[in-house]
Amino acid sequence: MTALDTPAVEAAVPPATGLSATLRHARHVVTGNPITGFSFTLFILLLICALFGPFLVPYDPLATNTAVALKPPSLHHLMGTDQLGRDLLSRVIVATRLDMAVAIFSVALVFVLGGISGIAAGYFGGWTDRIVGRLSDTIMAFPLFVLAMGIVAALGNTVTNIIIATAIINYPLYVRIARAEANVRRNAGFVQAARLSGNGEIRILLTQILPNILPIMMVQMSLTMGYAILNAAGLSFIGLGVRPPTPEWGIMVAEGAAFIVSGEWWIALFPGLALMLAVFCFNLLGDGLRDIVDPQRRT
Amino acid sequence: MRSIVLKRLATAIPSLLGVIVVSFLLTRVLPGDTASYFAGPAATPEAIAEVRKQLGLDKGLPEQFARYAVDLVHGNLGNSLTTGQPVVTEIANRLPASGELTLLGLLIALSTAVPLGILAAVHEGSWIDHLCRVIVTTGVSLPVFFTGLLLVYIFYFQLGWSPAPLGRLDVFYTAPPQVTGFYLIDSLIARDFETFRAAFAQLILPAATLAIFSLAPLARITRGSMLAVMGSDIVRTARASGLTSKTVILTYGFRNAMLPVVTTLGMVFSFLLGANVLVEKVFAWPGIGSYAVEALIASDYAPVQGFVLAMAILYVALNLMIDLLYGVIDPRVRLEA
Repeated sequence: MTALDTPAVEAAVPPATGLSATLRHARHVVTGNPITGFSFTLFILLLICALFGPFLVPYDPLATNTAVALKPPSLHHLMGTDQLGRDLLSRVIVATRLDMAVAIFSVALVFVLGGISGIAAGYFGGWTDRIVGRLSDTIMAFPLFVLAMGIVAALGNTVTNIIIATAIINYPLYVRIARAEANVRRNAGFVQAARLSGNGEIRILLTQILPNILPIMMVQMSLTMGYAILNAAGLSFIGLGVRPPTPEWGIMVAEGAAFIVSGEWWIALFPGLALMLAVFCFNLLGDGLRDIVDPQRRT
Repeated sequence: MRSIVLKRLATAIPSLLGVIVVSFLLTRVLPGDTASYFAGPAATPEAIAEVRKQLGLDKGLPEQFARYAVDLVHGNLGNSLTTGQPVVTEIANRLPASGELTLLGLLIALSTAVPLGILAAVHEGSWIDHLCRVIVTTGVSLPVFFTGLLLVYIFYFQLGWSPAPLGRLDVFYTAPPQVTGFYLIDSLIARDFETFRAAFAQLILPAATLAIFSLAPLARITRGSMLAVMGSDIVRTARASGLTSKTVILTYGFRNAMLPVVTTLGMVFSFLLGANVLVEKVFAWPGIGSYAVEALIASDYAPVQGFVLAMAILYVALNLMIDLLYGVIDPRVRLEA
């Protein structure tokens, strides 16, 4: 794990000239692979809906109008209306912000928690490694969605707790990657050089190790975003977290579920499709990002 | 072989301890006053203090944990507030329903994903490969509850092929005499083929929903590991010896590619146990998942805690079984252990 490994490990962050090469490579991947290009476009579209959604929609997502309740899609209501006559298109678009926010915050939280403790575990080894390892083993011993249910039930039924629960169940994944990547670099040439020039361990962790494993962590973030969205939507589908009438995809599918057996398909279909597209987008984007960062692991 | 089993059992103990501690902490340390909840909204402070004493909540945490552990050893998970029944009996009653659903789902997933993965690997880069990739990515991107509803709409409302999505058996049928608790097996034992057909009709949609969700990891890992094996020396040698491509792919390729697939089964089970909760809600399936959801909505702690614990123990046990399976599939693992 010492001198033998060092030649196999790549050098420190590439110099500034490498940046334009990376960008060129990124453009090549986005334009070269139609699927990645498509998912990138979809991602931009989702971002626009999340940022400007409330200004784009034709109707107030909360306004009820029983005169037009349960109407199938038409020119006035492109996605139809629900049992209270609310416009589904408006609700689906406005919901983007909440769903994306839950996913982004939970992924950011687990990135910080799992990333830092994983790097520390891989770099220091010993007790740090054992404690972090035991913690993530315990989380892994649970079926993850079930654990998330338990956490939200115990902490209380709020959106913040959904974010926390989603972060906790993704923790072992981030720890494993950060730990493995930090471990192979702990005695790399550039780390030894930094140590020799008198940098403290924490400083080495943050300025030498972290930047080097960032690309791989970014790929992981994109891949887990989809899972985070599914998880949050699943929790609200069973009645945890978001409460009606707040527009949120999971809860909208739950509201539409009762009408499926009587043939009113549009109430559940459109929020479900939005959910699927968002998850699909992040899964494909993650695969595309991995091709940029780690060409050897293409699948 | 026996020493391996014992050794592996010993490594499962820390996981189990962790699981018990976490499920204890889930309800004791976190905010929310259980005593005032049990005492009801109109309770006086004295009444709340009395309840707290009754529940042992006035004691220190270590002592509370000791009591909890002793209760566990005696198989006592507390009583449900809403039904008044012991949580253990309710979970035991509902477990076969969930088990039957999950296992059939897994069976469907395996019998679809493995051939799909092998096909994709053998024809790498062809349209079959791409199609397989699109199918599995779509499958994993579809929220299970949404897939379930979609299937209900198509097969119940539009085509009318399947019965109403309301539980394990239509009201016109009676459950077969209980032997295993699995309706499919019990009805066969009772030679009641009509009930078998009815139970199967109820079961197939939720099981297919679970299967679609778990296709992706299985198909991907089969493809990846088949690709690795097909490029190896043993396969080249087998080809050079003039064996038919069927023998090469199935006997030489697949047998060697199976180990990573079995490893992934553990993860897939974690997925399935979670997805089970959602699917049971969609299909009004009387399993432990829907039991937990009902309890969650009623803020009934004991069943939720019992459910989390039961699922975790089940999951640890399954992983144990998977590890032991390795030895059966690959004798090299046995030697190393």
